[in-house]
Amino acid sequence: MTTETTTPRAIDVGSVAAAATGETMEALPTAVALRDVSVYYGSFRAVKEVSLDIPRQRITAFIGPSGCGKSTLLRSINRMNDLIPTARVEGHMLFHDEDLYADYVDPVEVRRRIGMVFQKPNPFPKSIYDNVAFGPRVTGYKGDLDELVERSLRRAALWDEVKDKLKQSGLALSGGQQQRLCIARAIATEPDMILMDEPASALDPRSTLQIEELMVELKEKYTIVIVTHNMQQAARASDFTVFLTMDEDRAGYVVEQGDTIGIFTNPKDRLTEDYVSGRFG
Amino acid sequence: MTIPSVTSVAVQRSLARQGRDWPGLVFALLLLGAMLLTLVILVILIVDQLTRGLPVFQERGVDFLTSGLSSDPAKAGVAQGIVGSLVIGLLVAILCFPLGILTAVYLEEYAGDNWITRFISINIRNLAGVPSIVYGLLGLTVFVALFGILGFPNNGRNILAGALTLTALILPIVIITSAEALRSVPLSLREGGYGAGATRWQVVRQLVLPAARPGILTGTILALARALGETAPLLLAGAVLGTFSTSGSVQDVLTGPYTVLPMTVYDWSRRPQDEFRELTSAAIIVLLVLTLFFNALAIFLRNRYQKQW
Repeated sequence: MTTETTTPRAIDVGSVAAAATGETMEALPTAVALRDVSVYYGSFRAVKEVSLDIPRQRITAFIGPSGCGKSTLLRSINRMNDLIPTARVEGHMLFHDEDLYADYVDPVEVRRRIGMVFQKPNPFPKSIYDNVAFGPRVTGYKGDLDELVERSLRRAALWDEVKDKLKQSGLALSGGQQQRLCIARAIATEPDMILMDEPASALDPRSTLQIEELMVELKEKYTIVIVTHNMQQAARASDFTVFLTMDEDRAGYVVEQGDTIGIFTNPKDRLTEDYVSGRFG
Repeated sequence: MTIPSVTSVAVQRSLARQGRDWPGLVFALLLLGAMLLTLVILVILIVDQLTRGLPVFQERGVDFLTSGLSSDPAKAGVAQGIVGSLVIGLLVAILCFPLGILTAVYLEEYAGDNWITRFISINIRNLAGVPSIVYGLLGLTVFVALFGILGFPNNGRNILAGALTLTALILPIVIITSAEALRSVPLSLREGGYGAGATRWQVVRQLVLPAARPGILTGTILALARALGETAPLLLAGAVLGTFSTSGSVQDVLTGPYTVLPMTVYDWSRRPQDEFRELTSAAIIVLLVLTLFFNALAIFLRNRYQKQW
């Protein structure tokens, strides 16, 4: 675990960061493109006119102060906000050039392609095996389920710890293991993209590091978007960073986006600089 | 031992008990008193019934449980009542549980949160508070009348009408307790299901209902136990000290005269002969055992399916 130091500039950036290779968010193939996306709860606008390209097979971090709408924005990508009766999305959310909010789109199909990992580990009160097999079963997976469960657990770096107790309850695992089980559950439906809403905020430092290392491995195959409050985490584990903050009317908006090294070492906006150096938020 | 310093004396003094907490003590005694009073009333009731009723079991033994109705106290038994209560319990369970649980699932999981839903929910709560005699009137004017018009024997006063009346009585309770059990299922469980690509039906069927099962089972079984103890609505809905048909045909049992245990208790308590006092108490004991059995079943099922989060 990297020692967390108090001097803001000592944030350890770049072990995985993309800027080393000169990549930019715009130049890379796009997984999901947001165009003027606003999210409302009733008449309250929580997120205001966000436009960004989320690069494929990279890790993009949403950072910003509490209440800036980063979780709301994240949840609107796989239409989890549909579960909140008053929530409404304006603008376009393009996935392979198809608008995820078009009339003909089934939110269930969206979530099968864009998986989600939540802040608090939420395994089902079922066995470890059934937790991972849940997604494939509800989506009517026809192949070898045992093989898929093993593959998903291996990818989530959990297989060695649970291979002898697949029939035990997922709730009997430790917090870090539960979260990796939830990641295995998300992987098992073979999505293109995984959204992670502060996946390590309820975990101890060791488990946090495991999750971060796992994310770096997973980007070989998946596009990952992570919301985090922990700036060291964003700096350590993400390729690109999107900094959001809120307006006077409490609507969240994007201040600055770009490669993580640039955001943390050479922010263009004063607000970003204040936030990443710990003077605000 | 060294001489205590000035500071240690000061520390001792500040840590020392500052006299008794009298208001706290009085409050604790008040709580204990309230609990004991409730307990004493209950114990007196039970002991009173046991001392009157137990001699009947000593004298007659199983005979009391297997004998039918009779105007001769030495021959009268609760067999008809037990059969009636079990049959009506079964009918109420068949009618009420699916209807109540499905309604609760609809209200909690499917209906939008709008004024119509809220209006319906409030009224279901109100219905749960309506006196049971009102349901008896409903049973008489709707169910008994309906069976009468349809040409059933005994003017429609049959166990089906009674079961429908009790179903109407406990349906609101079943809906409310089931809805509460569904509501207590954490949002994170549903989110996990939706996040893994499940449809609403799959989330409800595979995650929410299993998680709510202990609560639903407990609530519905306790509601059923309440139905089995009801007398007033059945008085109106046609339970008389009828004798079940002995022809062995299910149809005859369902459409003929019937009685239930609480009806037997009620009828015997009004008879002039002193012997019936003891029989009344003995029948009450049987009724209590039956109710206790259902409560125990509810607790057993709840513990069996208990899930931790």
